[in-house]
Amino acid sequence: MIQVSQLYKKYEVREVLKGIDISIQGGEIFGLLGPSGAGKTTLIKILTGQLQYDSGNVRIMDKNVTELTGRDQKQIGIMMDQFGVYERLSCYENLKIFADIYGISKNQVRKTLCDVGLESVIKLPASNLSKGMKSRLQLARVFMQNPKIIFLDEPTSGLDPATTKEIHKLIFEKKAEGCTIFLTTHDMTEATKLCGHVALLNEGRIVEYGKPQEICRRYNHQKRLRIHLYNGFDEELPNNAESAKRLYDLMLEGAVQAIHSTEPTLETVFLELTGRMIKE
Amino acid sequence: MNNIIIILRKQLLDTFKNKTILIQFVLFPIMTVIMENAIQLEGMPEHFFAKLFSIMYMGMAPLTSVAAIISEEKEKNTLRVLMMANVKPVQYLLGVGSYVWGICMIGASVIGMCAHFNGEQLGFYYLAMGVGFILSILVGAAIGVFAKNQMMATSVVMPIMMLFSFLPMLSMFNETIKKVSKIIYTQQMNLLFEHMQFDRIGVKSTSILFFNLFVFVILFFVAYKKNGLESL
Repeated sequence: MIQVSQLYKKYEVREVLKGIDISIQGGEIFGLLGPSGAGKTTLIKILTGQLQYDSGNVRIMDKNVTELTGRDQKQIGIMMDQFGVYERLSCYENLKIFADIYGISKNQVRKTLCDVGLESVIKLPASNLSKGMKSRLQLARVFMQNPKIIFLDEPTSGLDPATTKEIHKLIFEKKAEGCTIFLTTHDMTEATKLCGHVALLNEGRIVEYGKPQEICRRYNHQKRLRIHLYNGFDEELPNNAESAKRLYDLMLEGAVQAIHSTEPTLETVFLELTGRMIKE
Repeated sequence: MNNIIIILRKQLLDTFKNKTILIQFVLFPIMTVIMENAIQLEGMPEHFFAKLFSIMYMGMAPLTSVAAIISEEKEKNTLRVLMMANVKPVQYLLGVGSYVWGICMIGASVIGMCAHFNGEQLGFYYLAMGVGFILSILVGAAIGVFAKNQMMATSVVMPIMMLFSFLPMLSMFNETIKKVSKIIYTQQMNLLFEHMQFDRIGVKSTSILFFNLFVFVILFFVAYKKNGLESL
C-alpha cells in the first residue's frame, strides 16, 4: 500500500531524511517512532504530498505520490497535529464543509460524529471543545470520508489516558474495516499496543524496523530476572541454571512477591541504538 | 464551481459568528442611514454622507475582511486542511472574494437606497462600487497571502486601508492631497461620484482604474509566488 525507497530530503543545508526505506502492507497499523526533530512530520508530509522530496521513490496505492489524482487524494485521510478546526463553527458545521467537498450525505456526518462520541456536542462551537474533543473532531473529519489510508501525526499527543484509550479504540475499529494506518508517535506504549510494524527513526535514518515484540526480543541481551521481595528490595539474577538455587531458596523462605523478566522495551532499544531517549 | 460555493457558504456561516468581520460590513451602511437622516445642513452637497461613506466603505471593508479571513485560515492551519481536501487555491480565493464582494454589495445597496439615487445614478453607483470592491479585494488578498499570521496582516492592512479610505475625504480640504491622491482608485471613484453619470467616465479615470488593477494584480502574484496559500 505504501512503499518508500531511498528517500532523501534536505532543508537548505540540513539533511532531514537520509535514505528512508519503508514498506507497509494494506490493512496494517504502522508506527513511525522517534524523538522530536527526527524527521517524522517531514516524512508524513512527503507521503501525503504536502512536501516535495529531493530524491528517492514514494509510492502510495501503486502510484507515485506526485501523480496522485484528486480521486486518489479522497482515498487518503490525514490528521496532523498542526491542523486546525473552524473554532466559531459547530462540530456539525465543521464536518459539513468537508462532507460537501467529498460528496458525503448529512446522515453520514451525524453518524460519524456519533461514532467518535461527539453526538452530545454536535451543535457546540469548536472553541468550546476540550483538546481531546477537538482531536476526536479531527478524527471524525478523517473517518467520515472512508479513506483507504489514514495518516495520523501524533494523534494522542497531550491527551489524557481516558481520551487516548478512546482514540486507540477508534483506530482499531478502522483497522478492522481494512484501513491502512500510518501513525507517528513518541509514545512507546502506544506503538507497542497499536502497531503491527514499527520503524525507529533517529536523525533522518531508520535505525530499526520490525514487529515491536520481535525488536524487543532481538535486543534482549541481558536475560536477567528481577525478583521483587516482600521486604521491599529487588534482587536481579542471571536467567540461567545457576540462579535456580537462589530462587528456590527465596521461594522456600516465602520472600518472593513477584518475578519479572528484564525484556527491553522499545524505549530501551532506542536508547541502546542511539544513546538518546525517544521522548527527548 | 462546487468548491467555490462550499467556501462561500462556509464564510456565510462564519459571518454572524465573527463580530470583527461583521462590524466591517455593517458599520458604514448603518452610519450612512443615521447621518443621511439626521443631519441636513444648508449648502451641504447632495448625498454628501452617502458618497463619503461609500468611498470609505469601498476602501476599508473588503480590504480588511479579505486580509483577515485569509491570514486567520493560514494561522490556524484550516487553509491547509482545505488544500488537502483538494480545494484549489484559485477556488478558495474565488470563494472568499465572491463572498466579500456579495456582502459588500448588499451593504452598498443599503447606502444606495438610503441616498435615494435616481435610475442612472443608482446604476452608476452599483457599477462604481462593484469595481471598487474588486480592487480592494485584490489588495486584501495580496496582504492575506503575504502575511504569515493575523497580527502581521493587521499591521500591514491598517496604513494601506487608511490611505485608500481617508485620502478622498482629506482631499476635500487640501489641494495638494487632491492632486496626489488622483492616482488611487478610491479618489477616482470619489471624483466620479461628483456627477454619477456614465458619460462622465473619461479615458483618464478609466486608465487610472486599470493602472490600479494592474498594480494590484502584480502585487497579488508577487505575494502568491513568495508565500503561496499553503506555505506556512
